[in-house]
Amino acid sequence: MRDEIKDVIETSDVALFMKGTPQFVMCGNSQRALEALRRAGAPVTAVDILPDPRIRQELSALSGWPTIPQVFVRGELIGGADIVEELERSGELERTLREKLGDELSGVERTVPVV
Amino acid sequence: MAVRTLTELLEGAFPGDEVSVEDRTGGGDHFQVTVVSPRFDGLSLVEQHRLVYDALAAPLADGTIHELRISTKGTP
Repeated sequence: MRDEIKDVIETSDVALFMKGTPQFVMCGNSQRALEALRRAGAPVTAVDILPDPRIRQELSALSGWPTIPQVFVRGELIGGADIVEELERSGELERTLREKLGDELSGVERTVPVV
Repeated sequence: MAVRTLTELLEGAFPGDEVSVEDRTGGGDHFQVTVVSPRFDGLSLVEQHRLVYDALAAPLADGTIHELRISTKGTP
């Protein structure tokens, strides 16, 4: 499972580990992070951590970040909901996304399983 | 009660700095914490939040904190 999580982090343009899915969000902070990413046009690859408690354990062991959601851009931890919102307010979120992913942000969302 | 515990942990980790803890829902498990400290100067937001997580490692691990919102500021 750890390898699958690592694979999502490393191969996704934007990885969002969240409670629930973009279609059915189960937590306020996951909602906040998702909405900020949507407003910035981020192509989000979402992983629902709720199906198995080990997902969260393995993820936090990998990232050293204790809470959910967690957002990664091209393998780098950007932070949780508070940081993503703060970066959005300062304009840095969109800047970082364009810098790393190019000017054509597709905004396409997908959900992938890790179990 | 939990507000007191969290405040003490943060004051211990950030002695002399401005620390505030708010129970967002009144249920004792959803918190907003704000820390203003010169220790944040020059650090990325991820690094700043990590310092707060480190201070609150115990209540994060034992489930006292169900939801945490963090706001950090360096010196103006």
